[in-house]
Amino acid sequence: MHAPQRSAGAAIEIRKASKRYGAFTALNDIDLHIRPGEFMTLLGPSGSGKTTTLNLIAGFTDISSGTLEIGGKSVTGLPSHKRNIGVVFQHYALFPHMTVGKNVAYPLALRGIKGDDREKRVKRALDMVKMADFAHRYPNELSGGQQQRVALARALVFDPPLLLMDEPLGALDKKLREWLQLEIKRIHRELGTTFVYVTHDQEEALVLSDRIAVFNGGRIEQIGTGRELYDSPATLFVGRFIGESTVLRGSAEVSGDETVMTIGEQKVVANRRLAGDARPVILLRPERVALKRPGADVVPGENRLTGTIAEAIYLGSGSKYEVRLADGTVAVVRSPLGAADFGIGDTVDIAFLPSDLILLPDDASADVTLT
Amino acid sequence: MPSFSRIFLGLFCLLVAILLLAPTLVVIPMSFNGNKSLAFPPVGFSWQWYENFFSNPDWTTSFSNSLIVALIVAVVATVIGTLAAFGVTRAAARTGGLLRALLITPMVVPGVVLAIGIYAVYLDTHLVGTVTGFVLAHTMLAIPFVLIAVQASLEVFDRRLETAASSLGAGRLTVFRTVTLPLILPGVLSGALFAFITSFDEIIVALFITSPYLKTLPVQIYSSITRDADPTVAAVGTLLFIATSLIIIAGLLLGMRRGRT
Amino acid sequence: MTATHDEGLRVAAVRSAFLSRFRPRGAVWLAAPAVLVLLVVLAYPLGIVVWRSFTDPTVGVDNYVWFFQSAVNRTVLQRTFVVAAWVTLVSLICAYPYAYAMTIVGKNVRLALILCVLVPFWLSGVVRTLAWVILLQDSGVINSILRGLGLSPVKLIRTLPGVVIGMTQVLLPFMILPIYSVMKGIDTRLLQAARSLGAKPWKAFLQIYVPLSLPGVYAGAIIVFILSLGFYITPALLGGPRSILLSSLVQNQVLSLLNWGRGGAMGVVLLVATFVLLALAAPLMRQKHASSRREA
Repeated sequence: MHAPQRSAGAAIEIRKASKRYGAFTALNDIDLHIRPGEFMTLLGPSGSGKTTTLNLIAGFTDISSGTLEIGGKSVTGLPSHKRNIGVVFQHYALFPHMTVGKNVAYPLALRGIKGDDREKRVKRALDMVKMADFAHRYPNELSGGQQQRVALARALVFDPPLLLMDEPLGALDKKLREWLQLEIKRIHRELGTTFVYVTHDQEEALVLSDRIAVFNGGRIEQIGTGRELYDSPATLFVGRFIGESTVLRGSAEVSGDETVMTIGEQKVVANRRLAGDARPVILLRPERVALKRPGADVVPGENRLTGTIAEAIYLGSGSKYEVRLADGTVAVVRSPLGAADFGIGDTVDIAFLPSDLILLPDDASADVTLT
Repeated sequence: MPSFSRIFLGLFCLLVAILLLAPTLVVIPMSFNGNKSLAFPPVGFSWQWYENFFSNPDWTTSFSNSLIVALIVAVVATVIGTLAAFGVTRAAARTGGLLRALLITPMVVPGVVLAIGIYAVYLDTHLVGTVTGFVLAHTMLAIPFVLIAVQASLEVFDRRLETAASSLGAGRLTVFRTVTLPLILPGVLSGALFAFITSFDEIIVALFITSPYLKTLPVQIYSSITRDADPTVAAVGTLLFIATSLIIIAGLLLGMRRGRT
Repeated sequence: MTATHDEGLRVAAVRSAFLSRFRPRGAVWLAAPAVLVLLVVLAYPLGIVVWRSFTDPTVGVDNYVWFFQSAVNRTVLQRTFVVAAWVTLVSLICAYPYAYAMTIVGKNVRLALILCVLVPFWLSGVVRTLAWVILLQDSGVINSILRGLGLSPVKLIRTLPGVVIGMTQVLLPFMILPIYSVMKGIDTRLLQAARSLGAKPWKAFLQIYVPLSLPGVYAGAIIVFILSLGFYITPALLGGPRSILLSSLVQNQVLSLLNWGRGGAMGVVLLVATFVLLALAAPLMRQKHASSRREA
């Protein structure tokens, strides 16, 4: 109601895009399609290419090869000030010599919008981020969270069909960040603008996004909804980057449609096999694993590995355990409230069904990138 | 920015750089002039003006006078200015601000007004043409430079280090000697250099309080320019130019190394 | 063992409490020697100048009446201000692009540009003026080049333009350094932000960068203007009878005519002009918005 007019979001089509700085390849042959009105998050560790992608869309850097279309039109060579894209920066980038009101009015003035119309739109944009009372303050009189809300209003006041955000909440503390995440989600819902959001925080990505593109080493590893990335990651990197996980490695044998992995002296059965001849690893999600006393509560067909509790953390909503297995691997397990309690040093079995484990091709680089 | 405006900017800056540096370079060829003339172009080649600088008592005594005065000023102004910097930084904000504004006034008072005032006082107190007189006046002129240099160091100095040292049992003087001074030393040293050069180059007050028995180098250069076309001034100018450039290059390199580590 | 340890801690605690309580008040006294020097060699001499301007040779404002009634004096006063204004303007035009270039070039070029500023900044003003004498004199560099090209020589030395050129070169570092120090702190990502909001590059520069650099411009301009007003050596060596400035007039009254009262009155006019300008310009030089970029 208070918000700027609902606008049709712009689609983005990136094909075979690369960005090279001399010998260094920041972005390697990526394809990315973003639907109109979608909330797309570019997620990845620093240096993975997500910010480069954002800068390409914004027009702050030029594409080395490939094509980039926004709203169905190629924008190659179009300078950033002609792209009509809102950008919110991690460092706010509010003009220190202008009041909040002047900052928000700035893009309108550049577009020749004057008088009452301009004032009305500034007011509307500031109302939307709940900063209308601060119009006459200077940026350095505001807190970080307030500055970022003003930056958001400034980026949206001219009704761009596309809003880019580069780690906008990175400099803020956790509480404020969580609250602003909800605000951003609300604004996205109200406006219908396409949002492209860059972050390295996977929880933030899960909270905000319609879809997430996971970047690693200048490539996109997988694009999907949060659930798809969590439940069926395409690569070990994605599996480890999104959510908590335990990685089991061992010698694997394929028999028919099953893969049998030997870990220590125990065997784990997965009811599928990998295409090709890549070395398989098993990824376990902590809440898909149950803790049981050795030999107790056997469910037919389940996998069991024996270990000792190395750490037990009470979380209120349940408990989190770290279990040291026979081969030295530390497995993370989350038990729901009401499950049996274990103490440090207890010998336990971790139990999981063959259908609950994730079988992926091994990738040594996933470990390196994450640490 | 489009590239043609970058090229324009580059050319413009080149011109400004030439304006800044080149005029001074003209003293170098003049210093090797074979004739006793400052007319351009110089004729022939000779070292005689350098020989003259190092042998003519007018030049040698004025040079050593300047050196003595500047060295004393460097020590005195650095001590007084460093103390003042502590006072300004550590006093209450309001008092400190006022004090600072007061102590840097010598930088903005027109030189001639100051010079006639000091001249009047020195005539009454028989300080005209004395080392004491020069040192006093130059110390006053150098204090602002020391103050600014040391204050810059003090402002980035973490005072909790002093509290830490005193909690470990160090007395006030020990804290200063072992913790504070070593950390602000770059500021103090550059303050001392500023003070030295301020005194060594000072001319306006010097022109008034000089006497035939005590001339400083700038006074000697000035009177040489106004009185005769003696290329010895060009030789002195060349020597000063080289010395100044070496000091600055050394300073920049030192600063760069410190910035890197 | 423990007893002495505790004792040591207690002493240290008391001592540090003592230090933190008493140092701020005591600190002011550290500036006492500097203040004393200033009182003796700055305040007292200036007091004498003011005193004599009202008492020498007779008590009253005669010297000031004389100063403002004399057409020559008024001309010189006006010329001093005009020259200062020209020097300030020309320095600003040279310094602004130069300082901007210093912020955008690579490390080595920046070092070279800084060197070009610092060498003249540190080098004796008399030596640099000497260089201008050699360049501008009738048998100087510029005129020999003109003669070599078959052109007629130009009168440069002992003219006002000669004085302005020489003073500009001598004072240029005082304009470049403050502008550079402010520009260095400007967050250039703001320009990127402005462009993302739809501003053309030159518009972003004018609307965002230039306003943010103004404190440096004001500081440089006021320093150069004030130093120009009181400049003595360069105009004395490069100027002639028709380009004499106020400082030379003061010197002439005191040293040649031994007229302390009139010289003092001129000095006081110069002094008052300087401080009035400073007081007027002080608010402009404050960087009131500077803190915001540090937080981010």
